[in-house]
Amino acid sequence: MSANENTVESFRETFRRDQVWPFLTPAQTKVNVDNQMILYVEDLNLSFDGFKALNNLNLYVNDGELRCLIGANGAGKTTLMDVITGKTQCDSGTVFFGQTHNLLNKDEAAIAQLGIGRKFQKPTVFEEQSVFDNLELSLKTDKGVLPTLFSRLTPTQIDRIDEVLKIVGLAKHRFMLAGALSHGQKQWLEIGMLLAADPRLLLIDEPVAGMTPQETEKTAELLTSLAGERTVIVVEHDMEFVRSIARTVTVLHQGSVLAEGTMDQIQSNRDVIEVYLGESEIAEGEEV
Amino acid sequence: MTRLTEWFSAGRSSGKHTLPFVVILLTMTLLASAANLFLPADSALYVSTYTITLLGKYLCYAMLALAVDIIWGYCGILSLGHGAFFALGGYAMGMYLMRQIGDRGVYGNPLLPDFMVFLDWKELPWFWLGMDHFWFAMLMAVVVPGILAFVFGWLAFRSRVTGVYLSIMTQALTYALLLAFFRNEMGFGGNNGLTDFKEILGFDLQADSTRVSLFMITALLLAVLFVVSQRILSSRFGKVVLAIRDAESRSRFIGYRTDRYKVWLFVYSAVIAGIAGALYVPQVGIINPGEFSPINSIEMVIWVAVGGRGTLIGAIIGAILVNYAKTRFTAIMPDAWLFALGAMFVLVTLYLPKGLMGLYAQMMAKRRPAKTQESEA
Repeated sequence: MSANENTVESFRETFRRDQVWPFLTPAQTKVNVDNQMILYVEDLNLSFDGFKALNNLNLYVNDGELRCLIGANGAGKTTLMDVITGKTQCDSGTVFFGQTHNLLNKDEAAIAQLGIGRKFQKPTVFEEQSVFDNLELSLKTDKGVLPTLFSRLTPTQIDRIDEVLKIVGLAKHRFMLAGALSHGQKQWLEIGMLLAADPRLLLIDEPVAGMTPQETEKTAELLTSLAGERTVIVVEHDMEFVRSIARTVTVLHQGSVLAEGTMDQIQSNRDVIEVYLGESEIAEGEEV
Repeated sequence: MTRLTEWFSAGRSSGKHTLPFVVILLTMTLLASAANLFLPADSALYVSTYTITLLGKYLCYAMLALAVDIIWGYCGILSLGHGAFFALGGYAMGMYLMRQIGDRGVYGNPLLPDFMVFLDWKELPWFWLGMDHFWFAMLMAVVVPGILAFVFGWLAFRSRVTGVYLSIMTQALTYALLLAFFRNEMGFGGNNGLTDFKEILGFDLQADSTRVSLFMITALLLAVLFVVSQRILSSRFGKVVLAIRDAESRSRFIGYRTDRYKVWLFVYSAVIAGIAGALYVPQVGIINPGEFSPINSIEMVIWVAVGGRGTLIGAIIGAILVNYAKTRFTAIMPDAWLFALGAMFVLVTLYLPKGLMGLYAQMMAKRRPAKTQESEA
């Protein structure tokens, strides 16, 4: 075999036509939901100074589901969301988004870019900027420094913002400063910001706190309409609201899952009555 | 009502006042320069070379205030160490000017600046090499502050140091550099710094024409940096920066790596400070470690606060006004100046939280509704 042929051979070996070098393949952003499951939380443990905030927590959420998380204060609902969105590091356990994305080794920004949106308990919007700007910032775009510096709003993006403005009912207020909105409107704007990002999974913490009954009803409608296309996890204290939207409810207690099922099943579950509904009745009794 | 809010939210970052401001700045510069060069010294409108240099100095401070405002007013990072970047830019220019002296120094050494001869050094330290080239020195005037800001910012913002802790660290940074530059062994002239400059690019530094040119270049660069900063801050990048200032964790949860934004903005701001320092040194004729002193960096923050933070124009106006007041005050009552400065800061914080620009906006807002009503009627 001549040297020339050898070179050709090694060239063919290096530049294989049936393969692409790993660094040339686009970064994987697809979420693998072949098993109809979008979120896998397994054996999650987290303690703060000896207090077990999460205790062997296991939670599986189906793709397209609307799931409600309920539980007394300190049951670990918000902590669980913190771990999923990368705000808090857990001690042990695994969190997978789809079958392939390990969320525990990613930071908040990477997790958000994967398509996990989060709404906080207290509405946090960018108060010094207009409603429109708030939504523009949340759009699903390349969020690196240079692309952002040279980005222009495309007509598609403007349409998307208009669409979201219509969905959350803030079309009239698009140029208003977000800080000038009422509390309920801020909640809606925050939900709108999540929608603008076109997420796969929405984590929503107490969406109806401080809303009027009409606003609550509209929120319930919106959240149920989102499910199916997207997966929604809602944390809420308002039992009426949970009943109106929930198909599956998960009850957390002392950092682990106590019960899971439909609202009726939950309400007739003895453990739940004992630790959660019972407690709240007692608490309500005390208040009276 | 919607029109009013529209005006408010759009007018805040838009370039509504940019063009008029640049025109005024450049016209004033041209008029002052012409009055110096073409009018006879006994004319009533004659502007002395001393005044020209003073104005040039104010404009350097204005550029510095611009740098502080970008990082503090827009991103909420209170840097109390911007004097360090300013001084580093100044030292780069100073080193070039020292090399330009050549053998005209007191000791007549063609290679070594006077202070090195005095210290009995035999050859130039490595970091002085290349400083005899203007382009290289100017490159260093932006690169050195930039790199320092990058390293500092990268370490601080990645570790999520914010608020008072960050301010204290920036103070420590500039103080550490102050102590280091005081040492003779550092090779920057120690306590005395660098001075006795003769010429820049072959032009005599004492000549009126050189002074006027430096003044005009400063004004032009200030205008350019002002417009560029305005553009950057009204782009989506600027919106992200504001978002980081108002709700950093929210920005992270919608997918922005806030530490990177902060680092690059900090570097940009430090580079502007470096340019300001490089323009400052040939006009005042000296650079010494005093420029690193923490007090200076705090004063810059006061300029911005007086003018109105978060408005680039405010920072520029604040810097010019406060420094003008300082010039007048220190001539009349030198001892009272620091008290006046302190009182000004307290008064502005209490009664004008948005500075002079806030006052202006308030006045405009009062006039505006009356106008719209008229037009509708």
